[in-house]
Amino acid sequence: MSWFKRSENEIMANGEKSVRTEGLWIKCEGCRQVVWKAELEANLNVCPKCGRHFRLSARERIDSLLESGYDLVDLELRSTDPLEFSDLKSYKARLQKARQDTGLNDAIINALGELGPHSVVLSVMEYAFIGGSMGCVVGETIARAVDRSLTTRHPLIIVAASGGARMMEGVTSLMQLAKIATGLAQLDDAKVPYISVLTDPTTGGVTASFAMLGDLNVAEPGALIGFAGPRVIEQTLRQKLPEGFQRSEFLLEHGMLDAVVPRKELREYLIRALDFMQR
Amino acid sequence: MEISAAQANEAPAETTTLAWQKTELARHPQRPHPMDFIANLFTDRSEIHGDRAFGDDAAVTCLMARFHGEEVLVIANLKGRTTKEKVQRNFGMPNPEGYRKALRTMKIAEKFGRPIFTFIDLAGANAGLGAEERGQAEAIAHNLREMSRLRVPTIATITGEGGSGGALAIAVTDRVFILENAAYSVISPEACASIMWRDASKRALAAEALRTTADDVYRLGCVDAIVPEPEGGAHTQPALAAEMLGKILRQSLSDLQQLSIEELIAQRQKKFRNMAQFYTS
Repeated sequence: MSWFKRSENEIMANGEKSVRTEGLWIKCEGCRQVVWKAELEANLNVCPKCGRHFRLSARERIDSLLESGYDLVDLELRSTDPLEFSDLKSYKARLQKARQDTGLNDAIINALGELGPHSVVLSVMEYAFIGGSMGCVVGETIARAVDRSLTTRHPLIIVAASGGARMMEGVTSLMQLAKIATGLAQLDDAKVPYISVLTDPTTGGVTASFAMLGDLNVAEPGALIGFAGPRVIEQTLRQKLPEGFQRSEFLLEHGMLDAVVPRKELREYLIRALDFMQR
Repeated sequence: MEISAAQANEAPAETTTLAWQKTELARHPQRPHPMDFIANLFTDRSEIHGDRAFGDDAAVTCLMARFHGEEVLVIANLKGRTTKEKVQRNFGMPNPEGYRKALRTMKIAEKFGRPIFTFIDLAGANAGLGAEERGQAEAIAHNLREMSRLRVPTIATITGEGGSGGALAIAVTDRVFILENAAYSVISPEACASIMWRDASKRALAAEALRTTADDVYRLGCVDAIVPEPEGGAHTQPALAAEMLGKILRQSLSDLQQLSIEELIAQRQKKFRNMAQFYTS
């Protein structure tokens, strides 16, 4: 109860007066500065102030690399839930939610198009779909991208963004590692270029298969890349991990990557590399 | 089935499942290790050490050996029996140099046209600082790709735990066998339980949900055949278990040797290309 009260012309607090700014501004986790969201998006989701790379959706990624007029293919595959997996929630319900949220059938999009002067097969993972995890659909879709490269001899580019194999599909998701690696052996024998692009995050079975098998393996700055996730290692060792452990720059320093390429330069880098590889 | 020893270890409040009992059997302390099977099946064994780059991983052994008089390469992971040996062998969990040693010796076998047998019983590839620094993921990935095009017959047997990518890294082979009470899984039931249930003690439920038993894995088309074990499990009669496995390995090798190298590789690549196709379009 206040001491003074305006009895006439009382100000009504109906909550409609304040200007809503949520969603327009984002606080960058890298530099802790406030960034205008539109500016961030115009900059390919890279912080204009500190250069921190935020995640890109699969569609945004394709738009950032290919000339307009590309074709999206192999989008129709859907998981049959081979284990009928259920934990606190059923896998079928998780799939349905992910489909609604992303508008995709699974965590992957294949695209055929032009990257500068090069016709390419581009396969891009969608992290927003169950953490970009790889089950039978992701495995088969990437295997089809490999098949397309084998048939057309167009270079293959895979952009990884994944927590690893999809545990809800159990051992069948593990087999996708072998499936794709087998295809890549054939692509290698045929001397068709394959460039692997690792983005934040690339861990587990995805790193332990196609993401590390490119003729060139390149990563975006600051991406988490590893075999075991940092939490797993911390639990095993019972100690804090050093700063920057498993980030792109750490892998570069340890000789595991061919280059760390900022998002804005990625397209030019890929064109340059394909110029080198193709006659 | 003999599961009393497994049940004795179980916390009373925890619900159990058939899949979990099988997991316990696959990890049974008396269960024969790959080296026990190898000692029964192969003669004139001589070890090849080191990856020529970093070190010699004690969790992986590579052996020139004879199988019914024929020169072959044998690769196996070693878990150790005593505490000291377990620590020395990192509980059977290989580091990148272990996978690189395995691939290096497989290339030697390929050069001289010798068949390759691998034996697997590991919880997974080692997860640690050094393993990450030296490229655990790269080492595994490299093995997957190179094994798919090795120009010699290859046969893998999962004798106990088939722990995810760490197992697959020596199991992209013409034939993949799994022992009746062994398991093959993308993640350990404990890790799955702590991620999906946020409670590691739900491991029995996780084991069931993951369908890791030999029967399940075979039904899902991820292995070629199940190798029967003596009544009660391989640990009850290790010599008999080895004999039962040996018969299947011998038959399988002779089948594979009927094929030309081109047929062999085409068949292997087709098998993995068409494996685990659980989707609708």
